[in-house]
Amino acid sequence: MTLGSVRHEIRINRPAADVWALAGDPSRLHDWFPGVVSCTVDGNQRVIVLGSGMSMPEEILVNDSIQRRFQYRITTPIFRYHRGMIDVIDLGDQTCLVVYSTEADPRTMALTIAGGCAGALDELKRQMEQPAQSTENGAS
Amino acid sequence: MGRKILFVTTDQQRYDTLGCNGGTLARTPVIDALAAAGHRYERAHPQSVVCMPSRSTMITGQYPSTHGVWMNGVALPADAPSVASELHDAGYRTALIGKPHFEPFLDPFARFPENRFARDGMVGVHRGFEHFEAATHGAQGQLHYARWLAANHPEAIGMFYPVLDGALEVNSLGGGDTGAPQVHDNAINREWYHTDWVADRTISWLDSLNATDDWFCWMSFPDPHHPWDPPASEIGRIDWRDVPLPAGYHEDAATREAVLDAKPRHWRAWYDGRLVSNYEAPYSWVPATLTADQVREINARNAVECELIDEALGRVMAAIAARGWDDDVDVVFTTDHGELQGDFGLMFKGPYHVDGLMRLPLIWRPAPSTASAPSTVTKPVGIVDLAPTFCTIAGLPVPPWMEGKPLPTDDADAQTRGFERVLTEWDSELFGVGVHLRTITRDGFVCTTYQPGYAHDGTEGELYDLTLDPLQEVNRWDDPSLASLRSDLIADLWDHQPPMHAPLRRVEAPV
Repeated sequence: MTLGSVRHEIRINRPAADVWALAGDPSRLHDWFPGVVSCTVDGNQRVIVLGSGMSMPEEILVNDSIQRRFQYRITTPIFRYHRGMIDVIDLGDQTCLVVYSTEADPRTMALTIAGGCAGALDELKRQMEQPAQSTENGAS
Repeated sequence: MGRKILFVTTDQQRYDTLGCNGGTLARTPVIDALAAAGHRYERAHPQSVVCMPSRSTMITGQYPSTHGVWMNGVALPADAPSVASELHDAGYRTALIGKPHFEPFLDPFARFPENRFARDGMVGVHRGFEHFEAATHGAQGQLHYARWLAANHPEAIGMFYPVLDGALEVNSLGGGDTGAPQVHDNAINREWYHTDWVADRTISWLDSLNATDDWFCWMSFPDPHHPWDPPASEIGRIDWRDVPLPAGYHEDAATREAVLDAKPRHWRAWYDGRLVSNYEAPYSWVPATLTADQVREINARNAVECELIDEALGRVMAAIAARGWDDDVDVVFTTDHGELQGDFGLMFKGPYHVDGLMRLPLIWRPAPSTASAPSTVTKPVGIVDLAPTFCTIAGLPVPPWMEGKPLPTDDADAQTRGFERVLTEWDSELFGVGVHLRTITRDGFVCTTYQPGYAHDGTEGELYDLTLDPLQEVNRWDDPSLASLRSDLIADLWDHQPPMHAPLRRVEAPV
């Protein structure tokens, strides 16, 4: 057994509730995770398709909107163990800290997956902090 | 019409694997002829002894501390400075064919362009290369060679050695006659092997150019990097039983281990299997188990791969001659880093700044039309000097962001232009095991200082006299008679070592 653990975090200048609305929605992962092409949710089962064409089944373990914690595990056999966890932590000043943790056996998969997770945090921050876009009917 | 540039790189090739550098195992007549007609460098060092940082130095002309690719798995930003962009902007046609590795290979999300191009049917533009066709050490992955093989010769995919094991660690599986790690009998047709594919694609691209085009072509062979699985049809060239053991390999274990014990502790710890500090060596392989026959067989396979590269280069040179370009083409041949290949009882690479990994083959055959006199350059030069050299060949000023200098053409030129030292860096962090080395090679000595890390407290070091101790077996770091020299070398190192890129770039994958 070779367990690897990697954690990435990012501070986002938006309220935790706003960030959680996107990051905590398991059906919208592909909207903010670069390299995830699509995802399909059925109960506590989620299947994501990666940019390489690889399909990856997952089991959703925790989706707690009070704690703002989302936890899941990848169930494809290449992983002997996997836990992914997203925490959106309210910093009390209308900003939040998002922590994306990856534990995996084999350990190399922790590094490989966590690299993607870090890119996802960058994209989440970019989307959350970009100025509000005007819509077609003029609302913003 | 200006000078055209063929930049030939291999991966993980030792200095002593070429005939022109004294090698006796592989026959390399094409490269030897280039060396005889051009400049042969006897002390060319990389600025990092692993692929991604070293290749990033090649394209940027910057030290790893500056471009920020501080270990394998860290991506060079797509908009990083690039000598190919400089040349392309000046009107050069540009191509990279073969192994790039500026971005991580282990990329299931296909986040990086190198891994997306083949999927998307693209061949560039990327990093200033209008043509970009990628290959690596086998048939797995998302690169052009793998896709080509899958489309045209799918039966060959399973013939290669699996570079990574089921846990995505570097594989320790043994093969051949001796069970040596990463040795494998590959039944693939020679014509389908990546060495010939790289040459074929290079010739095809050259044939697509107009006769009057100026061009810069980086032809990047994945070999002789492990796995040592050249086409089985070729392995009869060298009988491993006839291969002499390298001078740096002591058959007597006690002698071998005494040499290791005089070095900082991570050397012996790796040998004994107590510490694997970096991803580039098989995680489950213990170097102490390496046998003399395994060293012989690995070196035989490695030499076969070197011969195939030489022959592939010969085909490309013939194609260049057929286009009538021979007089106007500069050829630069080198590699990204070396291979321990049995020295000290070790294989592969890691945080070990000795000649096996640092002393590189480097040949520059200027365009014959320049009538440049052949020479042997003994002064230290670096991979960091390549990009400025390409600019100079093209008649361009060296951009201020490049940190190297155009290669000297002889020792007098080197003396005049201050080629006194060459620096090499190592930084790695793998699940809490951090290793940090800074090395200077100067005045016939190589001196490495260690920064605090997992296995070191920052007081350790290595100091070798390259003249008296060419195998770097006697560590004189604590020799009182060299204390002053050691202080001078370290002071000089820090005077010239660029500061570490801040913030530290993120590790995206193991490799």
